[in-house]
This record gives sequence, structure tokens and C-alpha cells, in this order.
Amino acid sequence: MSAAWAILRRELQLAAQTKTDWLMPPFFLVVVVTLFGLGAEANDPRLAAFTPAILWVASLLAALLTLERLFRGDYEDGTLEQLCLARAPLYLTVLAKLVVHWLLTGLPLVLLALPLAVGLGMRAEGLPVLFAGLALGTPCVSAIGGFVAALVVGLPRAGLLLPVLVLPLIVPVLIFGAGAVRSAQEGLQASGPLYFIAAILALSFSLIPWACSAALRNAFD
Amino acid sequence: MWTWFHRLASPPHFFRLAERWTPWIGVTAAALLAWGWIGGLVFAPPDYQQKDAFRIIYVHVPAAAVSLSLYSLMAAAGVVALIWRMKLAECVLVAAAPVGASMTAVALVTGMLWGKPMWGAYWVWDARLTSELVLLFLYLGVIGLYQAFDDARAGARACALLAIVGVVNVPIVKYSVEWWNSLHQTSTILKLGKPSISADMAVPLYAAVAGTFLFCAYAVLRRVQNELLWRERNTGWVAELAS
Amino acid sequence: MASVAAGFWQMSGYAPYVWGSFGFAAAIFLWNWWAPRVRRRRLIEIVHDE
Repeated sequence: MSAAWAILRRELQLAAQTKTDWLMPPFFLVVVVTLFGLGAEANDPRLAAFTPAILWVASLLAALLTLERLFRGDYEDGTLEQLCLARAPLYLTVLAKLVVHWLLTGLPLVLLALPLAVGLGMRAEGLPVLFAGLALGTPCVSAIGGFVAALVVGLPRAGLLLPVLVLPLIVPVLIFGAGAVRSAQEGLQASGPLYFIAAILALSFSLIPWACSAALRNAFD
Repeated sequence: MWTWFHRLASPPHFFRLAERWTPWIGVTAAALLAWGWIGGLVFAPPDYQQKDAFRIIYVHVPAAAVSLSLYSLMAAAGVVALIWRMKLAECVLVAAAPVGASMTAVALVTGMLWGKPMWGAYWVWDARLTSELVLLFLYLGVIGLYQAFDDARAGARACALLAIVGVVNVPIVKYSVEWWNSLHQTSTILKLGKPSISADMAVPLYAAVAGTFLFCAYAVLRRVQNELLWRERNTGWVAELAS
Repeated sequence: MASVAAGFWQMSGYAPYVWGSFGFAAAIFLWNWWAPRVRRRRLIEIVHDE
């Protein structure tokens, strides 16, 4: 357990030194949303209707940006091999890394999504659901994406392979997340889909670290 | 029992066994497919609602069934490959992916061609179509992942993990789309009642399903043989075979 | 007899859909039969050359 804490601290310290790591995903999110605003007609009411979809897709893409480097640096300088050999269970180490990834990329996106949603003209009744959905959904992306990043670590074409492998796996999160906002906007109960995302979150954070450690060990066989 | 199992898993033994059986599987598959398709196209009476368009069922349903079964086979082979580190299971896993992807493509294209005259649209975002599309992406992901590895064994085990995670994902996708569709009930899909399928329609369908399954068994076995040849290219039995 | 044959090919107006489906399926089945054969021939050649 203390090993996991140490990893958590180390990752956060490393991230503090390289600002681009955690500044780029929110910036990417803003750029994508701006592009949508510019691509549509000025003050188009349909843009407001599409806001949940735009924000969800943009934040999933933004979260994808940093995934390739999740294990890459540690792989190249040999840290990862040490972590695989260490006495501390790899499961916890991986879990710590996934949590840090979410803290650095997922959390800023969740916080930033609300002002952007207002900017796109989304009505207030959808905002809490959008926030809750993203807060539950982005950790799933970190977990599932982290698993795929572990699969492709060390591969030369990992950058291209990673999004193609991740996107089909996060389809349910997107459907439930964006759908929850729409049902809230239509005055329907949104708790059902949110519970589903919570279930996916519980499932991915309990099972994915195992699969993730198996994938990392596989890279060193 | 276990000695038999270990013998089956030994590459040269399995190769020879497959060599003996694949021609018969192929011939039976061809005969069943000919029966199913000709019976479906020529001898089955037209449906009273869909007229002759229903005949697409003879390619669509078998392909859809086999695409799901091959994915389950892939995941099962993945479990065996990861737990027992069995080479043969790794070969089955990577051999099933291209066959499964092509069958998924058949199911999707024929589904679209069937949907246009029946529903008025090539594509509707219903649960079955969407999960089939995600299934195609997963198959292509497994193929792409395997291609990216230089080491066949590491690549196959990575594919095994991906296939297992994917097998959890497919039912979740199906359920999510079902929920998503219930949200807006405005879709004007023509609700086709369960057709009471008559015997002269059903028998060719069973033949086509059996034929497609056997054909895929043939294609997978041939690919497993190739995979074994490639992996064991430096061993005596392959050299003997090639000379 | 000719009209029966013509009716068969027309598929009561759904010809492009029915024949398109069967044609695509046939092409994919043939590819699945053909591709491993070609690959095997190449593999044997490679092993033979080594």
C-alpha cells in the first residue's frame, strides 16, 4: 500500500515538472469546442442540442492524448521493468498510475466542461447531470485507455493503434453519458444511465488493473 | 484424456490432423452452402410481406451467428493461451480474427442491404447493428495489434487480453444501445412481426447456418496451419513438409 | 420459361439488394478460401529457400 502511495507521489511530482502534460488536454478540449462553435452557424440553436455529444466526444479525445505516454517514459528508462519485478503488487502500482492519470487529465476536463457547456448554450437543467456523468465517465476512460496503453507499450506504431483500440471499448460510457444529459434536458430521470456509468466504473477499476499488469508483464517476457 | 490433449496441442500432430480433416470439412461446407443458398434463392417460396427480399436471410443470419461465435472462440482461446501458455490456442486466436472480421463485414453489409428496402434506411442505430459494428472494430483492433508485434507470442498474448476485455464489452454495448433507443421512441422502424417460418424456408436456412459454420471452421483451421508453419519454420517437421 | 427466369433474376424488384448481398457474401467466402492457400504456398516457398 505504501508503495502505491509512493508511486502516486512520484507521478504527481513528475507531472509538476512537465507542465505540458496536464495543460494540454484542457487546452485541446477548449480548441475542439471552439472549432465546433466556428463550424456551426452563429448562435445556431442546434449547437445547444448537440452540446452533450460534443463535450463528451471532445473530452474523450482529450483524455486519449496523454494515454500513450502513461507507460512510455517508464518503459524507456527501465523504471517499468523494475516496477514489474518489485515486491509491491503490480496491481496497486498500476492502479496508482491510473488514478494519477485521471487526476491530471480527467479532473481538469470535468471542471472545464461546465463553463464550456454554458458557452455553447446548454440549458441549466442538464449541467449537474453532465458534470456527474463526466466525473464518473472520465475515470473509465483512464482505466480502459490505460489497459490499452499497457498493451501497446514499446510498440513503434503505438500512437496510431491506441485510439483505434480504445474508442470501441468506451462506446457504452459515451452512450450512457451523453444520453443521460439528453434525458435530463427532456425532463426525464437521468439517474439510471448514471448508475450504469458508475457500474462500468466499478467494473473497470476492479478488473482493469489486473489485465493492465498482465499486459505490462507480457511486454517484458 | 490428458495425454490426448497434449498430443492434440503439439504443433506437428495438430497440423497433420488438420491436414486430414480440412478437405472433408471444406467439401461438406460447400455442399451445405450450395443446398442452403440455392434452396433459399430458388426453391423457398417468397415471404408474403417481404417478397423476395427476405432471401437475404440466408447469408445474413449465418454470418451474424458465426461472427459472434468466432469472437467467443477467440476469447476462449485467449483464456487458454494466457493460463496454460498453449501455443496452439494462440494460433487459433489470431487465426479466428480475420475470418471473424470478414464474417462481421458480411453480416453488416447484408444487414444494410436488407434494411434499405425493409426499413427505408441503410443504417439505423439499433442495438444489434451497433454491437455488430463495435464487434467489427474489436476484430480489426485484434488484427492490428497482432500485426504491430514482431514477436508472435507476445503479440498473441496481447491480443488474448484485448479479446477478453472485448468479450465483456460487447454485451454492455448492446445493452447501452437498447437503453439509448428507448430514450427516443420516434424511430419509424417498420415493426416486422415474427415471421412464422415454414419448413421449406427454414430447412435451407439451417443448411446455410451449418454450412457457414463449417466453412469458417475450414478457414480457421487453414489459417492455424499457416500460423503453425510460420512459427515452427525452423523445426524439422516443417522442413520435411516443404521439401 | 424465359419469363420465369427473368422473374427469378428480378427478385420481385429487390434484385440489387438480394444479388448484392449474395454477391458480397460469395466474394468474402471466396477470399477466405483463397487467402490461406496463397499464404501457405508462400510460406512453404520461404521455408524451402532457407
